[in-house]
Amino acid sequence: MTVKEFLGQYKKKWEESTLKKVLHRFPERKNQFTTNSWLPVDRLYLPRPTSEEEYLQHLGFPGEYPFTRGVQPTMYRGRFWTMRQYAGFGTAEESNKRYKYLLSQGQTGLSVAFDLPTQIGYDSDDPHSAGEVGKVGVAIDSLQDMETLFEGIPLDRVSTSMTINAPAAILLAFYIALAEKQGVSPDKLRGTIQNDILKEYIARGTYIFPPKPSLRLITNIFEYCSQEVPNWNTISISGYHIREAGSTAVQEIAFTLADGIEYVQAAINAGLDVDRFAGRLSFFFNAHNDLLEEIAKFRAARRIWAKIMKERFGARKERSWMLRFHTQTGGSTLTAQQPDNNIVRVTIQTLAAVLGGTQSLHTNSRDEALGLPTENSVRIALRTQQIVAYESGVTNTVDPLAGSYYIERLTDTIEGEVWQYLNKIDAMGGMVAAIEKGYVQKEIQDSAYRYQKEVEEGERVVVGVNKFTIENEPPKEILRVNPELQKIQSEKLKKLRRNRDNEKVRQALQALHRAATDESVNLMPFILDAARAYATLGEISDVLREVFGEYRESIVL
Amino acid sequence: MGKKIRILIAKPGLDGHDRGAKYVARALKEAGYEVIYTGIRQSPEAIAKTAVQEDVDFVGLSLLSGAHNELFPEVVRLLRQQGADNIIVFGGGVIPQEDIPYLNEQGVEAIFTPGTPIQKVIEFIELNKERAQH
Amino acid sequence: MIEALVKNIVRGEIRSIARGISWVENETAQKETLIDRLFEYTGKAIVVGITGPPGSGKSSLLDRLIERERKQKKKVAVLAIDPTSPFTGGAILGDRLRMQKHATDPNVFIRSMASRGHLGGVSGATADAVKVLDAAGFDIIFIETIGVGQTEIEVMNIVDLVLLVLVPGLGDEIQALKAGVMEIGDIFVVNKSDRADADRLKAEIEYVLHLKAPNDQAEQNPVFMTSATENTGIDELEEGIFEFLKKMENSGRLQQRRRRRLTQELRKIFTAKVEAYVHEFLQTGQKLNHWIDQIIQKETAPYQLVNKKVNQVLKELQNT
Repeated sequence: MTVKEFLGQYKKKWEESTLKKVLHRFPERKNQFTTNSWLPVDRLYLPRPTSEEEYLQHLGFPGEYPFTRGVQPTMYRGRFWTMRQYAGFGTAEESNKRYKYLLSQGQTGLSVAFDLPTQIGYDSDDPHSAGEVGKVGVAIDSLQDMETLFEGIPLDRVSTSMTINAPAAILLAFYIALAEKQGVSPDKLRGTIQNDILKEYIARGTYIFPPKPSLRLITNIFEYCSQEVPNWNTISISGYHIREAGSTAVQEIAFTLADGIEYVQAAINAGLDVDRFAGRLSFFFNAHNDLLEEIAKFRAARRIWAKIMKERFGARKERSWMLRFHTQTGGSTLTAQQPDNNIVRVTIQTLAAVLGGTQSLHTNSRDEALGLPTENSVRIALRTQQIVAYESGVTNTVDPLAGSYYIERLTDTIEGEVWQYLNKIDAMGGMVAAIEKGYVQKEIQDSAYRYQKEVEEGERVVVGVNKFTIENEPPKEILRVNPELQKIQSEKLKKLRRNRDNEKVRQALQALHRAATDESVNLMPFILDAARAYATLGEISDVLREVFGEYRESIVL
Repeated sequence: MGKKIRILIAKPGLDGHDRGAKYVARALKEAGYEVIYTGIRQSPEAIAKTAVQEDVDFVGLSLLSGAHNELFPEVVRLLRQQGADNIIVFGGGVIPQEDIPYLNEQGVEAIFTPGTPIQKVIEFIELNKERAQH
Repeated sequence: MIEALVKNIVRGEIRSIARGISWVENETAQKETLIDRLFEYTGKAIVVGITGPPGSGKSSLLDRLIERERKQKKKVAVLAIDPTSPFTGGAILGDRLRMQKHATDPNVFIRSMASRGHLGGVSGATADAVKVLDAAGFDIIFIETIGVGQTEIEVMNIVDLVLLVLVPGLGDEIQALKAGVMEIGDIFVVNKSDRADADRLKAEIEYVLHLKAPNDQAEQNPVFMTSATENTGIDELEEGIFEFLKKMENSGRLQQRRRRRLTQELRKIFTAKVEAYVHEFLQTGQKLNHWIDQIIQKETAPYQLVNKKVNQVLKELQNT
């Protein structure tokens, strides 16, 4: 008989003797066990002996198609993941200080958080910005603020990730213009812009324009950077926020890859050769609590994307098939109660990301369910990554959990479920159509609702919240953002508008307006001109608003 | 049919994280209330005007971006300005404990921070519904 | 108190209008007096129903129509009706989300109503809410419903004109055409006209309409192509609505329809009141179970029992 048959028989014997004896006296905690995403989990997984072909096709070797085991052959034996903590708050000056602190403490890449007005294309003195200036990130109104943000930081020596979407083209233009001033040519610039508008419509909400013109801006950026800024990652196709909005692990991957498909197709439709830009696509995922499910999820994602790029889009370069990703530990898993517990959660999530093969990682701070993190908390979050990297040993070999019967089964299961979603979305006409129908949002909302109900009913334990609570929580040290920020920024803007060459600004904006009305024109050079002339973010965005219109949320519960 | 409790759930300001607000809206509907949900990016003025047109009993504000100290009291002020003194305002989101007394002073009667069971919100509504009805 | 409320509603004071609609919804004791007092101020507003299957983009289309009306300085009101959950009695009312940019316009009034399982059907409360808005001086009142159920069809009977919104690609165009929903439409709108099969849908609709009234030119129901997202076709639709209304007015159909609406309303009110009176008199609430037992035990039969009770009522009336 085969190994499989043998084990099958033996399992039956085991169930009827050894297992039965114990079950009889100690029943299991639940009737059914599932992952955090409700995928069924068996009591025991057995080896599934594979053939050589199956191994190669299914798992492969790290650094080779289908990349299940990792996109690099040496992974962390060669270089650790980039430890990149998202930061930025208040003014550009304060953020600059925080960046210099993090760089001195061993962080290897910068990640910029912008405030909501900046993310939505409003200047700090715009009425829409009331109360929001500098709260969730740094306020950048013009090239001038960008100069302050990176004062003393040479752009050819850091890699900068900017979490910016709807106005990504503008912030990138500010960055390139700043590099020019530092004497750094654009081909030396390394970094990422998130630039993923589809997930904004689905889960994050910081959109400005409707889908079509937004996709145009995105493909403009792909094209421009493939020529002028070749070391820049032009998009970070994100699942993090989709997960935070309450999706399951399967949905996180499915909807992210579906977004990816839409972007690749849009670029191809705009006349770009897939191998020219695919190597610069990157992804951004969530690291959640169910350690083993998360590891399987990342492995499945790599395998699926490789197949999509090779088979669906016919990409020929190996680099085009690779799914490279940044991870952030799941913010929504953090509790306001007993915040130190969050350090433990983040550690588990760090392991998930690392054992899952991430290229870079942001770890959340323990106090982030309360507000922006204090310096102490941020340091602990960074140390968490460093301890896992240097002390835990998990970085000494590539894809250590491969071959685990459970992990391989779960990887396959997740892959199967993701393909089902992808086929469904294809049948609807693609992701934009699925979003307009409200399909994606509804799937996420239903998962979120189900999850929350389980927490409310105590079926799902959240330590410190619905179990193991304490009566009197000790007071927590939290960070306060200077409420005067809006005034300070408004003053800066007034000065800027007085001192700049307003005629140049007017001309640049006019040229941009004209270019925007012609769909075949790449807008990046025009946005750059406006940026160099010190046009503000709001002024540039308003020109585009005029031409493109504004997107309004329309799907409800 | 009798008086139904009507509750407006709104997100003031630019914050787009609506998972919590959507959950609360749905849970309140399951509890038998009529919930008017106006989505994200509502100005305090739009919220106040909506509350008056819809003649709601309660307004629930959700905010995670830290702008609560400015935006929540503004909603209360605008409601009072329109003579809607009976409408009870509550809130939730990422709001530090220390800010709650100030918000209470400004007329936000309750703040439900992360991890609060929805039952607490329902209890609050049931306890105060008589007062909200003119 | 009622007098003050009436005065304020007629003046267009927002809180009072909102309050008035709440009285209607909650069937407050003074609601009837309020409606009667407001009645003399009604009759000026145009009432337009807009309905269609979920996903047809009605609310977005309505948002655009409101824009157009406001450009012409008209005062606009909207009643957006959503179903109450039969299990919990609660409702999520989210239609106004698509029209929220008008929330701060003092000349736009939007009110969400849940169907609530009213005694008179949702149309009872809606008809009265329309009167409040009419008396308050709104030029045009839109009523938006989902348009797939009996209740929604009822609501459409209380308006002057019905816009039926359909979209290509939903898969059930033909079903909608057959389901009798076509019967209630006056003007047909193919929304999302930028989609591939929009023209085909238009042709299908026109074909079915032609079947309805092959020779009668006067009865032609216009079909418009719009795209709420691209903002096209809206001006034509808006003009078409008023042209159609003018035709209705000239041919006397508008007055006929309003008369019919009032007749139906009156019938409903009568029925509800008489029923309530009869059951109060007979104490049906307490006695019903006993009567059912009697019938089950074959001591009496259904019609026999009811006729006996009704005769009791009639006798009582004669004696009074």
